[in-house]
Amino acid sequence: MFPVVRQAMTRLAARNGSPRSAVPWHERLIEVGLFACGALSVLVTAGILLVLAFETFEFFQGVSLGEFLGDTRWTPLFVDKHFGIWPLVCGTLLTSAIAIAVALPLGLMAAIYLSEFASARARRILKPTLELLAGVPTLVYGYFALVFITPILQKFIPDLAGFNALAPGIVMGFMIMPMISSLSEDALYAVPNGLREGAYALGSAKLPAIFRVIIPAARSGIIAAVTLAISRAIGETMVVTIAAGQQPNLTLDPRVPIETMTAYIISISKGDTPTGTLEYRTIFAVGSMLFLMTFVMNLVSHRMAKKLRYGGAGT
Amino acid sequence: MQKMISLFAALLMVAAVGCKKGDKGGDKGESGKTTESGGGSTDTGGGKVSGSVIEIDGSSTVFPITQAVAEEFQKEKGGKVTVGVSGTGGGFKKFCRGEIAIAGASRPIKDEEASACKGGGIEYVELPVAYDGLAVVVHKDNKWVDHLTVDELKTMWAPEAQDKVKKWSQVRKGWPDKDLHLFGPGVDSGTYDYFTQAVVGKEHASRGDFTSSEDDNVLVKGVSTDQSALGYFGYAYYIENQDTLKLVPIDDGKDDNGKGPIAPSPETVEKGTYQPLSRPVFIYVSSKAIDRPEVKAFVDYYLTKGPALVKEVGYIALPAKAYELAQKRFADKKTGSAFHGSKVGVTVEELLAQ
Repeated sequence: MFPVVRQAMTRLAARNGSPRSAVPWHERLIEVGLFACGALSVLVTAGILLVLAFETFEFFQGVSLGEFLGDTRWTPLFVDKHFGIWPLVCGTLLTSAIAIAVALPLGLMAAIYLSEFASARARRILKPTLELLAGVPTLVYGYFALVFITPILQKFIPDLAGFNALAPGIVMGFMIMPMISSLSEDALYAVPNGLREGAYALGSAKLPAIFRVIIPAARSGIIAAVTLAISRAIGETMVVTIAAGQQPNLTLDPRVPIETMTAYIISISKGDTPTGTLEYRTIFAVGSMLFLMTFVMNLVSHRMAKKLRYGGAGT
Repeated sequence: MQKMISLFAALLMVAAVGCKKGDKGGDKGESGKTTESGGGSTDTGGGKVSGSVIEIDGSSTVFPITQAVAEEFQKEKGGKVTVGVSGTGGGFKKFCRGEIAIAGASRPIKDEEASACKGGGIEYVELPVAYDGLAVVVHKDNKWVDHLTVDELKTMWAPEAQDKVKKWSQVRKGWPDKDLHLFGPGVDSGTYDYFTQAVVGKEHASRGDFTSSEDDNVLVKGVSTDQSALGYFGYAYYIENQDTLKLVPIDDGKDDNGKGPIAPSPETVEKGTYQPLSRPVFIYVSSKAIDRPEVKAFVDYYLTKGPALVKEVGYIALPAKAYELAQKRFADKKTGSAFHGSKVGVTVEELLAQ
């Protein structure tokens, strides 16, 4: 018993007190510096939240929550003012849904190929190449959607407007695909070989082994990847600002101009709307909504990953 | 979007300046802030005019003219000129805070702006520099629109139309049951002020459910790629994009200034028959800057060499008499506005002669 206590005490001392006095002062300075860096990011986040909360509160002094959530029109700058957030939320969800519809199957298939089929050499080359897609500036993706994808789509869909939800959605799908493929691939690759071999030993062919054993085993990682990708799509700004239009539109029709929450924030903050007015505060209300959406998304993914992990499967 | 373009422009500019030190100088940018940072890179060349940078900002409609004048001026006389685009309203805000020497405006100064200037101790000389016709345009393959009356425009754009008028068939009987996609300038632009005044009858009264952008190129792009679109913007932007847009003649229902639908053109704008959608555009020179020799040289250059350049960039020059009157006004440093309020259908000479 005694040795155990003594061991614990030395460990405690090692953490808190005595050996530290042996550390030269400049190393402790570095430690403090590192702590400051960590603290700074927390403080910045807190500051952002405070500003958001404050301005949003001010906004709701002028506009009731019922109007914000109950109205279906968003025209804060015009004579007939309406403050219904749904057209913007709808635009954001529409483009994000299209993006995920593109990115999920492609990303997952790429991940399966890389993890289960590709030779080590192919994997070494393909994986970084795929990840390069994530390094392209979103500005470039935006113009790519506007001047390249939209005209091509218009050949097949004659009613497609020049600004629409479809083209930026698709391009955004390609943009977030590496996120899904790379993270899912990590998850798939980390599935213990024992599980694979077990499946084969039970007489499974390769595909059933992948879909019945390996993917379920890696699902927490895959779900985390997809949620992250969805958050990214919801928060994406440039692509939709450039290619989706600036018209708040409560519609699920991907062919017509829409406006996303992020695009709205951009258009107000670059314009000349005087600060401190109700019109200006709309961007904080929209920002809070956006924050809430991605926050819930991340919370869900966190929960899910944790639950699944405790369930015993996965990475 | 504009901010982004200007950022892009600024990047290009930095690259260009790095490679080859300024033959034209850093005057290509689009927004005030960005341009100013790059603007200092101009080599003064012959150096006939020295002095500090002439800062200009304001209307996107006046921008192409000022930009052209600035390029020629810098080539010929040297000096440094930066031209930004923050919309007429945005330009006046900076102007009245004394941040810029000259503001471009696609409508006369408003009461609130005039009092803001007074508060900032800024007086101004108002100089009309060109005519602009507002072009109403549709997609080039649009088969059904041959002309529009002012009333039909009002049907489309009035605040009451919001969420109600959504199909072409609601504008005129017999037109297809297609969605109506509208494109117009942002609420800070003078073009928007003028259009709402001329069409709806009340400044700033417009529906809100249309694609609005301060960047006219976005509007051009929107209308030219959308078969069921209609938009309005400055005539010059139509001229630059004639091959992708179809111009709509407008009938104002008054026969004494030309019968039937009339399309904007240099003749119809100058003669005053393209009504109610043509108007003069302005530059405002700050009293704080007027005694700076380089500013004086630039404005003189603007009013003498301007008319030729105005045509070159797709606008319509004022009658020669009007430029003379403007020069006199500038020489006399006559401050205040003669064009107060967005007046519809008055000639420039009449107002300048006051």
